[in-house]
Amino acid sequence: MTVTTNVDGISNRLLDLVPAAGSPQTRKDFTSDQEVRWCPGCGDYAILATVQGFLPELGLARENVVFISGIGCSSRFPYYVDTYGMHSIHGRAPAIATGLAVSRPDLSVWVVTGDGDALSIGGNHLLHALRRNVNVKILLFNNQIYGLTKGQYSPTSEQGKITKSTPMGSLDRPYNPVSLALGAEATFVARSVDSDRAHLTSVLRAAAKHPGTALVEIFQNCNIFNDGAFDQLKDRTTREDHTLRLNHGEPLVFGVDSDRAIIRAADGSLAVGAATDPAVVVHDARATDPTHAFALSRLTGDSADVTPIGVFRDVDVPAYDELVNNQVTEATDRFGDGDLMALLNSGDTWSVD
Amino acid sequence: MSEQVREKETRQVDRVVIRFAGDSGDGMQLTGERFTSETASFGNDLSTLPDFPAEIRAPAGTPAGVSGFQLHYANHDILTPGDAPNVLVAMNPAALKANLKDLPRGADLVVNTDAFTGGNLKKAGYATDPLSDGTVDDFHVHRVPLTSMTIKAVNAAEGTDGLNKKESERAKNMFALGLMSWLYHRPTEGTVTFINRKFGKLPAVAAANIAAFRAGYNYGETTESFSVTYEVAPARMAPGTYRNISGNVALSYGLVAAAELTGLPLFLGSYPITPASDILHELSKHKNFNVRTFQAEDEIAGVGSALGAAFGGALGVTTTSGPGVALKTETLGLAVSLELPLLLVDIQRGGPSTGLPTKTEQSDLSMAVLGRNGEAPLPVVAARSPSDCFHAAIEAARLATKYRTPVILLSDGYLANGSEPWLLPSRESLPDIKVTFATEHNHTAADGSTEFWPYLRDPETLARPWAVPGTPGLEHRIGGLEKADGQGTISYDPANHDKMVRLRRAKIDGIASDIEPLEIEDPSGEAKVLVLGWGSTYGPIAAGCRRVRARGMKVAQAHLRHLNPFPANTGDVLRAYDRVLIPEMNLGQLLTLIRARYLVDAIGYNQVRGLPFKAAELEGVLEDVINQ
Repeated sequence: MTVTTNVDGISNRLLDLVPAAGSPQTRKDFTSDQEVRWCPGCGDYAILATVQGFLPELGLARENVVFISGIGCSSRFPYYVDTYGMHSIHGRAPAIATGLAVSRPDLSVWVVTGDGDALSIGGNHLLHALRRNVNVKILLFNNQIYGLTKGQYSPTSEQGKITKSTPMGSLDRPYNPVSLALGAEATFVARSVDSDRAHLTSVLRAAAKHPGTALVEIFQNCNIFNDGAFDQLKDRTTREDHTLRLNHGEPLVFGVDSDRAIIRAADGSLAVGAATDPAVVVHDARATDPTHAFALSRLTGDSADVTPIGVFRDVDVPAYDELVNNQVTEATDRFGDGDLMALLNSGDTWSVD
Repeated sequence: MSEQVREKETRQVDRVVIRFAGDSGDGMQLTGERFTSETASFGNDLSTLPDFPAEIRAPAGTPAGVSGFQLHYANHDILTPGDAPNVLVAMNPAALKANLKDLPRGADLVVNTDAFTGGNLKKAGYATDPLSDGTVDDFHVHRVPLTSMTIKAVNAAEGTDGLNKKESERAKNMFALGLMSWLYHRPTEGTVTFINRKFGKLPAVAAANIAAFRAGYNYGETTESFSVTYEVAPARMAPGTYRNISGNVALSYGLVAAAELTGLPLFLGSYPITPASDILHELSKHKNFNVRTFQAEDEIAGVGSALGAAFGGALGVTTTSGPGVALKTETLGLAVSLELPLLLVDIQRGGPSTGLPTKTEQSDLSMAVLGRNGEAPLPVVAARSPSDCFHAAIEAARLATKYRTPVILLSDGYLANGSEPWLLPSRESLPDIKVTFATEHNHTAADGSTEFWPYLRDPETLARPWAVPGTPGLEHRIGGLEKADGQGTISYDPANHDKMVRLRRAKIDGIASDIEPLEIEDPSGEAKVLVLGWGSTYGPIAAGCRRVRARGMKVAQAHLRHLNPFPANTGDVLRAYDRVLIPEMNLGQLLTLIRARYLVDAIGYNQVRGLPFKAAELEGVLEDVINQ
């Protein structure tokens, strides 16, 4: 894909606060001098290449872009992108990114995390970043396994998974990151696949356009500890029949012959039916109520033999950082610029001669 | 009303200790604060000690639910909130039960007789009425029907229509305040102004409180129960403008000042915890100072957000107490590794675990100095008095920004809630600690091109450059993995790790030459015994020293502001004395550090009762050590 600066006019009121690049950028501008050290064949390589390929399109000054990660395979990501970056501690990247985003509206802040980092040890921070709607873009690499600790089950692993820590099968019921995010009323939730560069780029573009928290779940293959977890969605022979591509305003139709569709059942739930059914649902990512998006998130390979990818929800409400900075402005308008000596002298004072 | 002619005898005294005690819903803290404010505006030196339960409304009428406020004020400079009260105001039997043991024989005891009912006596655990069974025979008891007189006064006052009995009764703390204001000749205008301001939107409530306050004042003049009143002349204090200030407010102001002095915006990431929450409350009022306060989802997010803000060039601060420090520990380690400025304020309370949330203790010192995984040294600074929290905050920020390091600032529950008059500093007296960010490449590669090395150190301070996002050409990645010396890229090289561990240690150790030497106070110049302290024990230790010196004994006092590193002369100071006594509100944490570091056989004196040392207690300990 050839990329030029901000070809689609990606902008929003928060992105407008970030200085633009002085000249057109290429993927090379976002490639650091560090040797990439993921396992050969890891899905992370594809994601890195797609992100590095997408960033020039944003057209932002490189020094105003920051990647913050936690711990895990995916969290090595910032080392490989030539912007500012922080490889922090396990699970805490959303909290660290919140402090940075709130105090520096002139930055484009991205969080890179994994299913263990974001959903297990850091579950709390993820939920609160989502509900506050902090202006950070969260890329959640979901490989449904712990890679860096060498192969234990994760909070998204299917029940009964045989791993080093569960020789008789895992007992935990997994959760669905998209459902979780929608439950926290995240304002932007999307899903893509590591190997589908065009789709992932379109989702990144939509996330960047969104003024507020964007959660992008990326199915990522761990070829060492959980190889083939997403083959149904990747294999040429199966993927079209099992992938539902979400496009706002378009009917939810899928299949090699576009003959299958999502229909609304009598009880209000979503189910798979025929594309000819008059009850075919039209996707509405902008619905204020998250119910539709949540119902879509319940469709999975297991439950419906089809997995939606694309943007589930994209609604515009004030971002937390905007509100924080508005209060600072409002306080300054009301009380004037802070005067330190007046502050110290406030309250009851008395003088001794 | 303070102008009226006094008909009763007035006695001049040097100092007074007064304690108000009642149910936690009785408004005792407010009463104490108002009496303090009246006293401050009169020009006495003072020191206060609020003491309240962890429960917001513990079972009414029980000793567990008693809230107290003690104030010590004098015509000379004083150092502690006083050992024992001269007068105790007990609003109910439980308050009497919980506080009587502290009252010396012959002291004045004011009791609200209306509250001494059968039910209240039972809740307080009294089988018989202590007012008639001999329990209070040793005291000078003033029996005041406080509740009923308050209701009568409120009913008789204008502008109180529409208040029911319960609402009227609620003003009884103002009756008590009025009575004590009369007894001790306190100015009253400030309290009337305060009530009008506080209840501006509820005029009937304001009128009721003022009526109760005046009734209490006038009752003193007319009752026969009080034959003597007391006057404490203003203290001779250094010239200047004063205000009364608590430790938490002083610390908040210190953070605002530090932001201005460093030229950085202040970012506070915090999770509510007793007794630190008031700093979050205070700073959230000052957003016009470009202050951002973030009430995070937990302690970890509080410190994480502060570190994120620091990465972006803010003065990142997190405030907490012991349990919160435990949760923030991993992030402190990251800040040590990132070498970014960060301030962690620990308002210590009784531990371990939840411990005694509203009581004071100094038991987080070991955790502050040593409590992280790996070799993770960081500076530790402690405040010694409520107003000193202001200066300690600025010093902590100075070290954090100059040396690019997390700093732990230790205060405690006693300093946080206690208050004292504060001689306001001038703007010029505050230090210049302006921060400069990196803007240029600092390294030339072999091929002659220049680049930015985030871990190339200042040869003098060993601090690394602080390059904030938004600075073109200095893009870099940092993290918790070990970094190559200078270049800052990931390095697993054994020799490099050894070097980096030692460099981080040397950077912190080097601060010893950039801090005030340990000062010794020894008026005789001949003392053989040194008493060494840190933190909030300064007042009681100094008061104890004065007491033994007044009796002709010799003792030297030194007090540490910096607990890591210690001032460069600490070893010399310690070795100049025959004996070193270290009193602490823990089981010997500074003692352990001192003995390990200087091989000095210091003696500990330790208590963890949740209350500050008493001057008389330390006087006795000092006497024993001096006479050994």
